[in-house]
Amino acid sequence: MARLQPPAVLFALIGLAGLALPLVQFKPNRIVPGEGVGLLALPQGLAITGAVAVVLIAACAPRWPAALRLAVAAAGLAGVILSLGAAAAHLVPPGNALARVAPASGFWLLLLAFGLMGTDAVNRLKPGLALRWQMLAGALALAAAILVSGALDGVSVMREYASRRDLFGREAQAHLALAFGSLGLALIVGIPAGIAIFQAPRLRGPVLGVLNILQTIPSLALFGIMIPVLGWVAATVPGAARAGVSGIGVFPALVALFLYSLLPVVSNTLAGLSGVPAATRDAAIGLGMTRAQVLAQVLVPLALPVLLAAVRIVLVQNIGLAVIAGLIGGGGFGTFVFQGLNQTAMDLVLLGALPTIALALVAGIALDLLVQGARRVPA
Amino acid sequence: MTGRILLAGAGLFLLGFLVSPASFAPLFQPFTRNNAPAIYAQTSLLSLTLSHLAIVAVAVAASTVVGLALAILVTRRAGREFLPLARTVTAVGQTFPPVAVLALAVPVLGFGTGPTLVALFLYGLLPVFETALAGLTGQPPAIIDAARGMGLTPGQRLWQIDLPLALPLLLAGMRLTAVISLGTATIGSTVAARTLGEVIIAGLLSSNTAFVLQGGLVVGILAVLIHHGFQGLENGVRRRMGLE
Repeated sequence: MARLQPPAVLFALIGLAGLALPLVQFKPNRIVPGEGVGLLALPQGLAITGAVAVVLIAACAPRWPAALRLAVAAAGLAGVILSLGAAAAHLVPPGNALARVAPASGFWLLLLAFGLMGTDAVNRLKPGLALRWQMLAGALALAAAILVSGALDGVSVMREYASRRDLFGREAQAHLALAFGSLGLALIVGIPAGIAIFQAPRLRGPVLGVLNILQTIPSLALFGIMIPVLGWVAATVPGAARAGVSGIGVFPALVALFLYSLLPVVSNTLAGLSGVPAATRDAAIGLGMTRAQVLAQVLVPLALPVLLAAVRIVLVQNIGLAVIAGLIGGGGFGTFVFQGLNQTAMDLVLLGALPTIALALVAGIALDLLVQGARRVPA
Repeated sequence: MTGRILLAGAGLFLLGFLVSPASFAPLFQPFTRNNAPAIYAQTSLLSLTLSHLAIVAVAVAASTVVGLALAILVTRRAGREFLPLARTVTAVGQTFPPVAVLALAVPVLGFGTGPTLVALFLYGLLPVFETALAGLTGQPPAIIDAARGMGLTPGQRLWQIDLPLALPLLLAGMRLTAVISLGTATIGSTVAARTLGEVIIAGLLSSNTAFVLQGGLVVGILAVLIHHGFQGLENGVRRRMGLE
């Protein structure tokens, strides 16, 4: 039996299925269901289909080095995305502002096949930290170049974007402000709280217990409860309203996200500090350091990787949860998601969901790299 | 001990509230304005709760079966090649926001319970797979050697050694999945699934805090009870196998 590389066979199967299924959906307007159009129905469709199929099958040979696989995967991803743009440009008659071309199952499967192939190749290459950063930057630059080039302008999601460019910018800012703002607040409050319960073990049970209970409240309810609570605070506490506290808009969402972020920050601060070996602490005290010096110069730097891990958890979680802010008028990409669901305009849903996923992915990967970097520094 | 009493109290409160919500009206009255109803009455809270739990149970069961099967597959010799890839995909998959997964399932499956089930299933796969993998690969070398020395076939080793030893970790994965699904299922109401999210959303739309509170309270108590239930199960299994 000719030896094959099993993962590559899986990617080939997924990719070939993708080639067989419709690449895009053509819809006369944005609401009605459309009909699928395969890659073959497009100009040069046969050549592209053949090339992709040959590459996918050839990659099953075990001899291919990982670097070549990675290059093929990157080229495949770019090619699939560009084909989507080309299909949209070809299918929509010039001057028709209503017709929509949306990505369909074939597109997503091809994306998955090449995405998996790339991931597998990166795993096999075992690149160093610096190279991983460069790969991330390269992928982002490539994605930005494709978006800016206008090659995708005919695709439905980009059409939705074009008609609300300003709004998208504002919601993107709101989304980032929600995710990073709540993270910042959680760090400001959570790290001192973590240090406090590290030094006073009696407080650990109650503090972590309360934070644990907060986590069990479903996000939808917590966001909802914040509206009247903060409205009441703004109305009764003198000066609160002037300080920006309000029951409507961004503020309730920000506070809800902040509350969810506290548990990871506090518990990881505690875990990081507790993880410092007692001998290290004794040595620092033996050197004549004061309690504050031990904390600032020994304990906190050594706890940093664990703390960064908390930042990763919180940031990825908050980028996702911030979507729910769209449901209570807090802005962010969720606005598009829920508007789209209400209008059954799936292109609009994608306009909200895709940037959220991309943001969460990039934040997750970047912080993973940061955590690895912090672990490697011999502290 | 006090923890157990509190749990039992919360459970009893939940049961009472679900069986006869109207008798708790005075409790929620202060949170309403303009004589709005204090208790959600469009649909029976009990039936919503049961439907919510059923969706979560089906999703968790499906993710457990598939997640465990995949974990067994990638730890056998035939699937070894997939192990690093599977690890990365799990890690990357978990960064996908559940709400986005839910929204993306709608175009494929339409509105209703379907997309919620699929989103919960896909999202729940990851913790189960991850913990099952940790359980199946984390055995001390001494145990593996002992199994080989006893002449166990790979199949016997899987059923008699690997799976029982992985059980506590698998239960921990199921616990994570169940608790996450319980919260995420509320968002399913935005795509017309029958869950307790309906109550919360009704409260949001009519600015009736009492609705938001009771929906959140029921889901919150359920989450705490399920969390502790699974934890008790884990501890029981650990004790029975002499791991503690």
